[in-house]
Amino acid sequence: MHKALLIKPVHCTACQQCEMACSYMKVGAFNPSKSAIKIFTFDGGGVKVPYTCTQCNEAWCMMVCPVGAITLNTETGAKVVTEARCVGCKVCTIACPFGTINYNSDKGVVTKCDLCNGTPACVEVCPTNALTYVDADNLNSDRMQTHAEKSHTSAGEVAHKTL
Amino acid sequence: MSWTKKILRVNLTTGSCESEPLNMEWARQYLGQRGLATKYLVEETDPSVDPLSADNKMIFATGPLTGTIAPTSGRWSVVTKGPLTGAIACSNSGGFFGAELKNAGWDMIIFEGRAEAPVYLDINNDQVSLKDASQLWGTSVWETEDKLREIRGDDDIRVASIGSAGEKGVLFAAIVNDKDRAAGRSGVGAVMGSKNLKAVAVRGTVGVTVDDPMGLMKASGAAKGAISENAVTSQGLPTYGTQVLMNVINELGALPTRNATEVQFEGAHLVSGEAMTEPRKSDGEANLVSTHACFGCPISCGRYSKIDPEHFTVKGKSQYQIVSGGLEYENAWGLGVATGVSDLEALTFANFLCNEQGLDPITCGSTIGAAMELYEMGAITSEDTNGIELEFGSAKALVEILEATAKGEGFGRDIALGSKRLCDKYGHPELSMTVKSQEFPAYDPRGIQGMGLTYATSNRGACHLRSYTVSSEVLGLPEKTDPHTTDGKAGLVMAFQDVTAVVDSSGTCIFTTFALSLDDIAPMVDAACVGEWSSESLMEVGERIWNMERQYNIAAGFTGKDDTLPERLLKDAAKSGPAKGRVNELDKMLPEYYELRGWSDDGVPTAETLSRLSL
Repeated sequence: MHKALLIKPVHCTACQQCEMACSYMKVGAFNPSKSAIKIFTFDGGGVKVPYTCTQCNEAWCMMVCPVGAITLNTETGAKVVTEARCVGCKVCTIACPFGTINYNSDKGVVTKCDLCNGTPACVEVCPTNALTYVDADNLNSDRMQTHAEKSHTSAGEVAHKTL
Repeated sequence: MSWTKKILRVNLTTGSCESEPLNMEWARQYLGQRGLATKYLVEETDPSVDPLSADNKMIFATGPLTGTIAPTSGRWSVVTKGPLTGAIACSNSGGFFGAELKNAGWDMIIFEGRAEAPVYLDINNDQVSLKDASQLWGTSVWETEDKLREIRGDDDIRVASIGSAGEKGVLFAAIVNDKDRAAGRSGVGAVMGSKNLKAVAVRGTVGVTVDDPMGLMKASGAAKGAISENAVTSQGLPTYGTQVLMNVINELGALPTRNATEVQFEGAHLVSGEAMTEPRKSDGEANLVSTHACFGCPISCGRYSKIDPEHFTVKGKSQYQIVSGGLEYENAWGLGVATGVSDLEALTFANFLCNEQGLDPITCGSTIGAAMELYEMGAITSEDTNGIELEFGSAKALVEILEATAKGEGFGRDIALGSKRLCDKYGHPELSMTVKSQEFPAYDPRGIQGMGLTYATSNRGACHLRSYTVSSEVLGLPEKTDPHTTDGKAGLVMAFQDVTAVVDSSGTCIFTTFALSLDDIAPMVDAACVGEWSSESLMEVGERIWNMERQYNIAAGFTGKDDTLPERLLKDAAKSGPAKGRVNELDKMLPEYYELRGWSDDGVPTAETLSRLSL
């Protein structure tokens, strides 16, 4: 069973703690420009959306890599860049439909989310639980529960009226 | 480490932009941001300088924790001599600009001289240049940010700029960054305008490194834990923003209303944080759209609001029918309570205008309140105001006079002077609610005694953020004191002043101190910075900074006689509420405060005090 990052934009305040933690894991400095997770804001800042690699099963970045520098971590499900093997050709950045794998010109290699080997730093620091790391097979169980409660209530009302 | 150890010195007269090493001996004595920038100002300028002359300098400064993972690490400050007050000015802002500047590799920027024609400073890491701003001059803060993004072709730049208020020399002009965060007080925006500097645009991708990253992660994690467990920082502020205070302070009878003629406002509930979340009758939408955080902040007290598109202030004006920075408590108080206006949508529009054109809403609102009192007593007439009927409670008058002030037109030119000069001009100096020519904010010292001493002794003129004893006297943090007694307030104010000076010099936000003590903050500073830092050594840094600022003001011509309050607060008793019948008893607190500070009877630091603090 894998876990996955669950992103809930509605809870995000755009504080960038995740970007600082991620960049620290990647480059050893607090540097949002080097983070694999990035917060985008829309509508004058009224809407905030954190975005990062969702670890596709059919991972096109991994499939197109000519030197096998991107591999599957079978424990976490993450597609992981082996920096020592990456030649910086950037073909993966073309293949990725989501733009979540990017080139780091300082290092000459590509960089992406690797789920920090199972303990994502972004999740550790997120103050509002906009980012959580949960059972991949039950990503939306809380959303189901919320709607179940609503429909249960209305179904109950209907049933009550029918009776 | 933690400091970038690099200063950018920009001479606007000659156009040179030079990098120089940070004075690390001073960094150890004054930490960063407020303290360290003030040290540079003290060493490099004459305290008697005309604030709006080329000889005054203006410093943009970050702290050692700015841009790090420490909670609330987005703070930066503008330090200069203030044109509103003639005293030291240090205006602190959040948002994202400060962290970006630090990420570009700079601890601070020292601006000197004056450009011949409008310029902006363009920073891309270590590539720095002054560029022609003739196309930006005359545009608002909002337009300037958008245009600079267009010019640079980079959506990720961060901008601090002035609007028309700073260009026109409004004495309470602010410097606004990220469109809705401001270095608001004492007229720092007018200093920027006087230097013909329209904006600073920065992109930083160098990154911020610290001495002991894992130590900082650990200390920051502990601090964030404490912040998430404190009711003010985890519930009150995130839910209602600073506006959580409106109803609380009103019920306490400490809400200075209609130019402080009263201490309770009948319309407080209509302009409160709670009101911002309620659906409007007109269109069913709430004023509040979402909350937002500054860089690195787990508290998220910021508000984003949208005005009812049919409201008279924005009808037909699409540029204001947007989501933008909403009301904070001080702004709702200044623009609303001080003027008696209880129209939430009008106040939100007034707040938008202050952000758009770069005005300090506290001084602006209080000055309009004073003008309204002058108008109602007949000291000024509609002839003086170009037909604006400046009656207390009029949302229409508020908006009209605010627009005129931002544009420097008509009676707005008198408002632009601040209430001290305005009330002097019209023969009623007693109506100015100021200390050292700066308007006091949203806490009435008749109902919260400690705030009287806070205002009277604040080094930048009346201000709540120099020692926020409301935390103790109202919220009970770190421990409850009685807001109606003067006992112990001298020591309380002094302790708050010194701790605040430390926090303001660290790169983090004073709001953390609802949940954190220096014992929580010191480990973060100690991990981030080289050298040994303890809460004791930081407390000494705070006291040193406070005394340095005091010395600057004394050299600028201030004396103990300036440590006072408007007569209204000392003689006219509160008319209603729990503090009914009370005045502020400053005379019971001030002598004890001087003694605790190690100052003479007339408020001058003794030689012994100065030597103890290595000043």
